[in-house]
Order: sequence, then C-alpha cells, then structure tokens
Amino acid sequence: MMFKQWLGAVFACLVFISSAKAQLVIEITSGADQLLPIAVVPFAYENVAPLSDDIAQIVEDDLARSGLFQPIPRSNMLSMPSKEVDVYYRDWRLLKSDYVVIGTVQKLQNNQYRVGFELLNVLSQKPVQKHSSIDVGANNLRDAGHYISDKIYELLTGTKGAFSTRILYVTAEGDRKAPLFKLQVADADGHRPQVVVESKEPILSPSWSRDGRNIAYVMFRNRRPNIFIQELATGRRQQIAQFRGLNGAPAWSPDGKKLALVLSKDNNPEIYTLDIATQKLERMTNHYSIDTEPSWEPDGKGIVFTSDRGGNPQIYRLDVSSKRVERVTFEGDLNTRASMTPDGRYLVTVQKNEGNYHIALQDMKTGRVQTLTETYLDESPSIAPNGSMVMYATTHKGKGILAVVSVDGLVKYRLPSAEGDVREPSWSPYFK
Amino acid sequence: MSANKLGKIAVIGLSAAVIAGCSTTASETDSSSVSENGSSTQTDGSTGDSDQAYGAGEDGSLTSVIVGDGTGMDSLIGVETVFYFDFDKSVVRPESREALAKHAAYLVANPEARLVLEGHADERGTREYNMALGERRAKAISRYLTIQGVSTSQVETVSFGEEVPVAFGHEDNAWQLNRRVEARYEK
Repeated sequence: MMFKQWLGAVFACLVFISSAKAQLVIEITSGADQLLPIAVVPFAYENVAPLSDDIAQIVEDDLARSGLFQPIPRSNMLSMPSKEVDVYYRDWRLLKSDYVVIGTVQKLQNNQYRVGFELLNVLSQKPVQKHSSIDVGANNLRDAGHYISDKIYELLTGTKGAFSTRILYVTAEGDRKAPLFKLQVADADGHRPQVVVESKEPILSPSWSRDGRNIAYVMFRNRRPNIFIQELATGRRQQIAQFRGLNGAPAWSPDGKKLALVLSKDNNPEIYTLDIATQKLERMTNHYSIDTEPSWEPDGKGIVFTSDRGGNPQIYRLDVSSKRVERVTFEGDLNTRASMTPDGRYLVTVQKNEGNYHIALQDMKTGRVQTLTETYLDESPSIAPNGSMVMYATTHKGKGILAVVSVDGLVKYRLPSAEGDVREPSWSPYFK
Repeated sequence: MSANKLGKIAVIGLSAAVIAGCSTTASETDSSSVSENGSSTQTDGSTGDSDQAYGAGEDGSLTSVIVGDGTGMDSLIGVETVFYFDFDKSVVRPESREALAKHAAYLVANPEARLVLEGHADERGTREYNMALGERRAKAISRYLTIQGVSTSQVETVSFGEEVPVAFGHEDNAWQLNRRVEARYEK
C-alpha cells in the first residue's frame, strides 16, 4: 500500500513535469472497434531509485496511441511482477488482459541503463518475447520505451512499429503580426522537442532524407523563399536554391541522391529535380499551369504532384524517365499535396468537397476514395514509415494543431500544442 | 507620428465586398526557354520601409498607401499599394487599375525605381499550392504594369503564399483581406 501511494505521488509529479515540458500532449479522440487488452506493468528498478522517465508508461502510451490496444489501468493490477516466475496468469485472466508486459531497469557504469522486458501471452501462459534488453544513456530512456513498443507492436500486429520515429513541424509563436517561426524536431509522440531553425521570416515544407540524417525545408530570407538542406545532428546548413521566384516543396528521392523541388525561374511553377552531389538541375514538367508539391513514389520511378492544368488542382503522376504525365485523381472538387504509402497501395491527398478540406485516401488498385478526417481546414498530410498512420495539420478552436488518423480512418488523435500555431508535420523514415 | 503625416495617410474605406465583374484576364503564358545552368538571381537584402504605411483592420476595411517622405515619390502619395483578389483567382480587379496606372507612370518616369510585388493567399488550401497562387497574383499585377510600358527589369514578383496573413479570422472577411498583392518599392 505504502509503495502504491508513493508511486502515485511520483506519477502525479511526472504528469506535471511532462505537461510543463512537452510541447505536444496526446489527446485520443477515437479508437478502433476491437482493441487488444494488454497490461504494461511498471518496470522494477533493480539497483537504482525510480527514474523520472517511466518506461512502462511510455510503452503504455505508445500502444494506446496506436489505437489497437486497450491498456489495463495500473490501479486495477493485482500484482506488479517484474519476472516471469512471479507472474500469476490467472490474475491477468481475471482482468481480461490478453498480454502482459513486464520489465526491469538496471543501472550500469557511465550513466548507462539496461532496460529488460518480456511479453507474455496470458492465454497460453507462455512468453511471446523472452527476456530481452537494451542499453541506453540516462537521457535516452524514452528511446528504450519506444524500442520496446516497436517490438511489441510488431510481435502482435505483424507490422513494424513506428514509435521510435520522429517528426518535424513548424510553429509560429508570439505576436501574430510578427511571429517567430521555429522548425522543430520531436519524438513521434511530441516529446523531446528541439528547435532546429528559428526565424522571423516564414518556414515551411520540411522534408526528411531517406536515412533521416538530413532535412530540407523552405525558409524566407530577405523576403524571398530559399531552399536549405541541413544536417540534423550538426546543424550544418547549405542553401541549395535561391532562384528568382518560387523555391519550394523540396522532396528527397528514395535513393537519397536527388531532391524534387518547385522553381518558377522560367516563368511559372514547374517541377525540377536537383542532383545533390553534382548540383545538376533537370526540369521535369513543362506546362503553363501551376505544377507543385512533388512527392516521390516509393520505388522512385514516379513523382506525384499537384497541377491545375485541368482547370482545378488535381493530382498527376510524372514518369521520371519518360517525363510522361497522367492524371491520377478524379474525385473531389480538388486534390492537392499527394503522397503515397510505403507499399505504393494508397495515395493520400488533401481533398476539397463542398468547401471543406479533408485528408482523403485513394486506393490505387481499386480507385476507391475514402475521406479520413472530419476536422477543419486539414492540410499537410505526412505518412508514418510503416504506412499505418497519417499525421496532418488542422485548425482546432482557431489554432493550428497537429492530428493523426489511421489509414483505415478508425483511430484519431490530436497533438495540441502548448504555444502558438503548429503546422507542416513531416514524419521521419525509420532510423538505421 | 505627426498629425501632418497622419493627414497624408489617406484612409480609404475599402469594402471587402467590392467584387465587381472582372474583364481583365490574366492568362498564364508558357515559359519560352529552359535554362538548366542555375545562375541564381540574388537581389540585395534591403527592404523598403518608411515609405509605406500599413493599416490592417479586421473589420473589413483596410488600405495601404504611399506616404510622402521626401524621397521623390510625391507623385505616388496616397496611391494604394495593396490589391485584392477573388478566391482561387488571379485576375486584376477593375478597382485596382487607377492605382496601378499611377505606379506604372511612376516606374516609367523613374527607370531606376524597383518594385517588388508580394503575392499572398488565404489560409484555405495547401501551403505550397498557395505559394504558387500568390505568385500567380503577383505576376498578374506585374503584367498589368508591363503592358503599360514598365520595364520587366524594374518589377520582381515574390510569393508569401498563406504564410503572412494580415487578418486572422477563419471567415470570408479575413480571407478576402489576405488574398492580396502588396507593392513595395525597394531601394
């Protein structure tokens, strides 16, 4: 009892700390119909006092946010084992939990920690994942949590988890008439935000390189848009496009060698590719209408982009080698900012219908189109590297926020920001 | 701000509802040549400042005009510098023509003068598409000036897309005020 009360006090503290520190707080708005009950038991601290990063809580939050799991509340747990021999399966059957996660935290030398965990099947009374561990630094305990979440998610759903990924987004803070723009990088759950670039002039269109080491973005300088490439770890920055007119919408090719981008130096917006090593620029489209928002297909053979060549903006596909263009979207008053799921099966767009802008999903096989969101002024969809979720920007109570929807439309959550307008999310690839 | 200067700022109640039929078409022309060696044009970093007054109201009335500051722009005193557009359109409105004619005359008379046309869009639609739309609007104004004899080398078009709104509501009035091109003389 004493332990529980004490634990409760610690958790209350943690909630306070995390809400004061975190820029983004998860708010789940709806979930899938069939949720998998799972109990994530608080991890035991073997040779060290409890740490501020509660790894079991991080895992529990990750799994809950996926919309596929129903975590068993800690307050209902009859025991809190940390080793399989101490697990009484009937206790967990009683709580109708299908799976139990147990774990330990052990302090090593040099401010390192070893985090061990096991995943147990309550019905078969056998481990799904036998004891396994990961060593992390004191500042990276959240990484251990996300690593464990990824493992559990993959073991139970068959799909690779994306909890260890990160997001880029832009915030506009302070005086609305003279805001401070910040490009930030954070964990996919919004924790650990770090400012990457800060400017009094607008920043937009952040994009990841395929290895997750570099980013590209558009930032105004002297009231004109420029494209920059920046190494995330060092902050080393390179200005790669500063032509007269538009310099916009950078998108890294799957092989990491090229950037697709939009320039209007030859009069009107066209799609170009830039070979990063040789700096060779190649014009890919040639039409007097607006051509913009290029996004590479997963195999790099095609680029989908927005064009109003048909009268209103729709999505077209450009064959990279032949430069042949064909129209892809036909439903909706307009479709913009397209991107493809990693398996190439679905096309995600911002679709306008009856004056409303929503995130839509088009099945490239059947042509069926589904509207995923019903929030207000939805834009900037970005797909998780496992193809399960789409993060997007929307307006909530007059403020720009980020939200997430699963590709089946069943799971939805918001990441409200503590300060300013949040926009332009970009979901990272897997990190090697 | 002195009373004298205040007096020079002609505050014209510009109704956001002035959406008259437009006859000036702004058809986009295809680009003539494809240049692949990327010689980037970098203009100097100075920005126009004291010679423009911005009065952004959220009540549907808004105007920005040139005020005199003794720099030889007297012929433009009181002339509007912000031009508004219809939703998803880049057609120069008839009410913009008078002011644009004065800007054109000034630019023709002062070949060293440089004008930057900054196009903007409202918040609806995606950001990069709005960047393109803002540019299209700036180019429509630019064309209006060049057909009146202004040298293309005097006019630069830039787009801010939806990134720099002047009105912050999520309704028609605010959107109308944000769909604009701002003319800024650069020294």
